[in-house]
Amino acid sequence: MVETVIADAPAKTAAGGNILQVRNLEAWYGESHILHGINFDVNAGEVVTLLGRNGAGKTTTLKSIMGIIGKRTGSVKFNNQDITRTTSDKIARMGIALCPEERGIFSSLDVRENLLLPPVVRPGGLSLEQIFELFPNLKERLNSQGTKLSGGEQQMLAIARILRTGASFLMLDEPTEGLAPVIIQQIGHTIARLKKEGFTILLVEQNFRFASTVADRYYVVEHGKIIDGFSNSELAANMDKLHTYLGV
Amino acid sequence: MQALYAQLLVGLINGSFYALLSLGLAVIFGMLNIINFAHGALYMMGAFVAYFLLNLGGINYWWALLIAPVVVGVFGMILERTMLQWLTGLDHLYGLLLTFGIALIVQGVFQNYFGSSGMPYAIPDQLKGGMNLGFMFLPIYRGWVVIFSLVVCIATWFLIEKTRLGAYLRAATENPTLVRAFGINVPRMITLTYGLGVGLAALAGVLSAPINQVRPLMGADLIIVVFAVVVIGGMGSIMGSIITGFALGVIEGLTKYFYPEASNTVVFVLMVLVLLVKPTGLTGRAA
Repeated sequence: MVETVIADAPAKTAAGGNILQVRNLEAWYGESHILHGINFDVNAGEVVTLLGRNGAGKTTTLKSIMGIIGKRTGSVKFNNQDITRTTSDKIARMGIALCPEERGIFSSLDVRENLLLPPVVRPGGLSLEQIFELFPNLKERLNSQGTKLSGGEQQMLAIARILRTGASFLMLDEPTEGLAPVIIQQIGHTIARLKKEGFTILLVEQNFRFASTVADRYYVVEHGKIIDGFSNSELAANMDKLHTYLGV
Repeated sequence: MQALYAQLLVGLINGSFYALLSLGLAVIFGMLNIINFAHGALYMMGAFVAYFLLNLGGINYWWALLIAPVVVGVFGMILERTMLQWLTGLDHLYGLLLTFGIALIVQGVFQNYFGSSGMPYAIPDQLKGGMNLGFMFLPIYRGWVVIFSLVVCIATWFLIEKTRLGAYLRAATENPTLVRAFGINVPRMITLTYGLGVGLAALAGVLSAPINQVRPLMGADLIIVVFAVVVIGGMGSIMGSIITGFALGVIEGLTKYFYPEASNTVVFVLMVLVLLVKPTGLTGRAA
């Protein structure tokens, strides 16, 4: 992979400072109560991973932070600002970006339009040149319909387009799902690079082997609650527990 | 032969109105998922605004082309904010019933004050008269309507298919939640889109005023044919609406020449045939 320097990485909170605080977060899909009081923190510059089985509430947690869940209670603070009742467009403009699980590539838009769709919300986002250095495939497919790309290319596009916006806090929902090992490796390299450049990343993953290559800390989600949390250095000691939690 | 060309011109003019109205309907359906039955009434309002501007304010046709779409567009945006926005996520039937009700109320109010007969609206001086093309006589105003409509249709297509704003609209049609999570104020965009679609209807109303007179039911007479045009072109398809609008106007005109008895039904016969062969319309895609 070509090594590039992301020259204008977004302005960050002082390293290690608390950037996201989630307290007693509850969320509902219609009548279904999905989150039952989620509590966790993310510090600036960290990669934090939410692990858990299917249906545990990981994706709902990301959607609740982004403000795209119909009903939610509790408290979500971003850079000490309460965003619990803020609409998702305003949350995005505060510097939070979501790369959704299903990638959200628009079929009526070509790759260039998909890439340029999210507006730049603050200075410091990556330029197109920097993005093409990270994901050279995208440059060759600029005029293709977004959904005609391979799964891996679509994932690259989904990540690339939020890097343009200047958001400093990235939420990546299962970025490796259904991808070939070589693409997973490339996405791992990209996340490591972004972390090195100072981005803060909240990752949702079922694949903890992948997560272990990039994450600083882990939280385990089960039945809509955080049931455990540990740092990467404690991973080996917690492996048995983790196997039980994830049912692997 | 003269009669054939004359019918072709009438067909092109009707096609211009079909295209402008179905284009607005397609834009609204694509973005709001609402079958806007109030479209005919808003087209009528456009013609009435032009009539009021001229007769009450002495404001001429050229200014009316600008002011009427804005006035009716703002009225449409108020409708969207106060009523239509509450239908998000509900079955199409609710939108259809609500807009049908709005159409009946608007038409009823105008009929109450202005009766059912038409009121004349003069052709602007610059567009009076005609040209002898050798094979036919072309009234200048009618030629203007065809060309102006075509320009507006192409400009709208360009706006939606080739600009950043259009990309937002198309993306929000597919996944409004995600587009909003990118930082775009989707509810405001929906309101503006409804205003744009309604403004196109009002523009068609102003263009129509000198040809068809200004009547409270002028939209009600047209809207059923326009819905057939939209169904044939494919719901939500911009280019489909434009091409189908002009093409059906011409087909209708030719039918008037070759078999006049079928001229009022030919569009609906075509609609049935298209639905049998391609239920999503000629350029539409499956929901």
